[in-house]
Amino acid sequence: MHDVAAHAAHHGPPTSFIRKHVFSLDHKVIGKQYYALALVAALVGMALSWFMRIHLAWNSAAIPGLQLLSKNGAPGGVMTPEYYLQLMTMHGTIMVFFVLTTAPFAAFGNFFLPIQVGADDMPFPHFNMMSFWVTFAGFVVLMASFFTGDGPTLGGWTQYAPLNAVGPVGGPGQGLGVVLWAASIALFCVGQLLGALNFIPTTLDLRLKGMSLMRLPLSAWGWFITSCMGLTAFAVLMPACILVILDHVAGTSFFVASNLVMNDQLLPHSGGSTLLWQHLFWFFGHPEVYIAIVPGIGIVSHILITNMRKPMLSQRVLIYSMGALAVLSYMVYGHHMFVSGMNPFSSLAFSFPTLVITIPSTIVVLVWTFSLYGSKLRINSASLFALGFISMFVSGGVSGFFLAQPSIDIMLHATYFVVGHFHLVMGVAAMFGIFGATYFWFPKMAGRMMNETLGKLHFWLSFVGAYCIFMPFHYLGMAGNVRRYSTFVDDFLQPLIPVHQFITVAALITGAAQLIFVYNLIHSRFWGKPAPDNPWEATSLEWSTATPPPWDNWGGKHPVVYHDPYQYGVQSSVGDYVMQASPEQVKTEHEEK
Amino acid sequence: MAKFFAITIIVIAILSAIPILRHTWVAPEDISTHGALIDEQMSETMAEAGISFLAAQFILAFFIWKFSNPRPDAKIKSFPGGAKGLVIAALLVVGIEVMALGIFGVKAWANVYLTPPSANAMPIQAQAGQFAFYFRYPGPDGKLGPIHPELINEGSQNFYGLDPEHDPDSRDDIVTAEMAIPVNKEIHLLMHSKDVGHSFFVRELRVQQDFVPGLDVSLHFTATKVGKYEIVCTQLCGLGHYNMKAYLSVMSQQDFDDWMKKEAAMQ
Repeated sequence: MHDVAAHAAHHGPPTSFIRKHVFSLDHKVIGKQYYALALVAALVGMALSWFMRIHLAWNSAAIPGLQLLSKNGAPGGVMTPEYYLQLMTMHGTIMVFFVLTTAPFAAFGNFFLPIQVGADDMPFPHFNMMSFWVTFAGFVVLMASFFTGDGPTLGGWTQYAPLNAVGPVGGPGQGLGVVLWAASIALFCVGQLLGALNFIPTTLDLRLKGMSLMRLPLSAWGWFITSCMGLTAFAVLMPACILVILDHVAGTSFFVASNLVMNDQLLPHSGGSTLLWQHLFWFFGHPEVYIAIVPGIGIVSHILITNMRKPMLSQRVLIYSMGALAVLSYMVYGHHMFVSGMNPFSSLAFSFPTLVITIPSTIVVLVWTFSLYGSKLRINSASLFALGFISMFVSGGVSGFFLAQPSIDIMLHATYFVVGHFHLVMGVAAMFGIFGATYFWFPKMAGRMMNETLGKLHFWLSFVGAYCIFMPFHYLGMAGNVRRYSTFVDDFLQPLIPVHQFITVAALITGAAQLIFVYNLIHSRFWGKPAPDNPWEATSLEWSTATPPPWDNWGGKHPVVYHDPYQYGVQSSVGDYVMQASPEQVKTEHEEK
Repeated sequence: MAKFFAITIIVIAILSAIPILRHTWVAPEDISTHGALIDEQMSETMAEAGISFLAAQFILAFFIWKFSNPRPDAKIKSFPGGAKGLVIAALLVVGIEVMALGIFGVKAWANVYLTPPSANAMPIQAQAGQFAFYFRYPGPDGKLGPIHPELINEGSQNFYGLDPEHDPDSRDDIVTAEMAIPVNKEIHLLMHSKDVGHSFFVRELRVQQDFVPGLDVSLHFTATKVGKYEIVCTQLCGLGHYNMKAYLSVMSQQDFDDWMKKEAAMQ
């Protein structure tokens, strides 16, 4: 635990516009910058998914204005097969990296982790500023691929080798498009590594007096565990991306085997390994699933506890479960490669840890659900999204039973079943975590309340809509509907097109519902009701400080922590809770030191 | 609103289960000797996942219904079993459930991947390239000639880069765009990629395997029903990926022999 006064000297209050709003060293501004980036990225990613869905359902339909984005990719507004793949690749990349990683971890973590531990800022504010701007540069580089050469890469967000390394002969976007993709992701990795280097010491070294590790809120635990995962996962993906770039620009052959022939020409590469990329990518890629969802697990726990007015059955069990998910996530990545040509014994070796990871996931769900028992549950936009998170996490999780087994993967691999699985469990669930966090913390971040009626409308349309979109994906997969097809020309796929049309209509409506959220966000930011310091009668440190918090978080008066984070269901002078920083002594039932 | 939310969760859970129970969208009939085990494993997993899914959603909905918006003087209570009971339940029930699935599933996997093809299995080489499959039969000598990548030329239809002039083993090789096999005859499929990653997926055969550039892999299977089935690529291989397909014709031995003679004459 740190010397607060000494830490406050790290940087003074910003005076210039640039230092205050652009190249800010303040973790709260950086958190908001990450949030804004994620919001823009999510809107771009969603628009791309609309285009893709319309094309899949009505293949020859012209999408007005699409030709403005790419004259060759969408002549007359009708998407070409290659442009479909390019948009699909960008959708996946934008969503996984710049939304699902950026918002729950980097945005909310940056804003609230230092406050929840009682620090004035992160220990390395300049690294923190760099972290955002490098990530932003990564996003700009990725977006640039829309407007350069023959467009973005078409190789999917997984960028399998050797298609990612053979160069322009592989198809549109496989030259410059891949280089930009790999450069963008390498930059993103640097940004996240710098972020992790701040999050870990913030948690371990900057805690206030009295803030033992077990007194950290579950959201802080989520960010801490995620930052540990990020440190190791992004450290593998970054060099892998650099190797791809070298295969393009330096004549190396890390990922291209010998004797490959394209367009009747022998490729000038030899000795590389196709499967090497898959191992490197999925060593990052599976932990990435948990990098996207573990912050959500922490955030949802935090929101639920506040709205249940009682602690979880066990905070310790939830922390250990999140830790177990993080550790196991490195031991299961091979389940993405069951039919890749990897040694079939390896498939079995990866299958069992994948099945075992069901156990901590189940424990998390059971603790959440049975903690609701005997609670005084408040229903508001934040708690609705948190409860919706549980429902989605379960729905997306149970399909993992299938995909963990190599024998069943023979039938379901590369089908829409997989698409439904990961969209529910790491896409929709994580998004619900982001939405819940926004409705919950917006008053503290912006100093104003969001509109609850619009929030609930947003929830209902999103909850029902997400099920209408992603549950049928599982049925399509069971019927053998292969993913990543721009057009369904095969005989057996024809009868499935009406299902795709249903999904597209649901996606358009659900997507439109997100505009309600954007409107609510922007309108509330400027015209929302002023927020009190502690609108939810919550206990953790972020609600002890002013709304919005001053630049040093505490206005020079550092609190002392007296309690566990979740003292609800007690009788105190303020109601049924005691804040962590309140010296008031009450009879507590839940001490988990 | 909480009660409405609880009902919505239950309705969604039930509606989600109906297509599964009614078998509205399912895999086509199995035509392989190994597929029954995979289908059985799928059914067992569906039962366990389905029960877990419905139970979790129903309990969640029930608790939301029961414990939202209570009277102001209501006291909070803790679940009697506590977290310890839940952890033990998860370890025992889910642990045993998933381990059982894993252990029983090994047999279905081993049937395809951990047993060698029999000595009299018929070898066929499948080559995948952007965006077509080609198949090669060894001919009467039973040997496939070597591939010379530098000789591959689609214009002159030398899809495999064969050099029959210098390689005697290549002279009787038969290359086709359609894959024909005799019914009830084990096939040893040798998989070779010409350029990038591809995959070989036949739903009815319960077979899906990637082609790995630079690493020839193989698998074996026996088809039990005469008919024509689609082979599709499931590994994103470029702009024509959606259209990369071929047909698998499963024939009687007599029809297969006739087909082979016809194809040999066309080489």
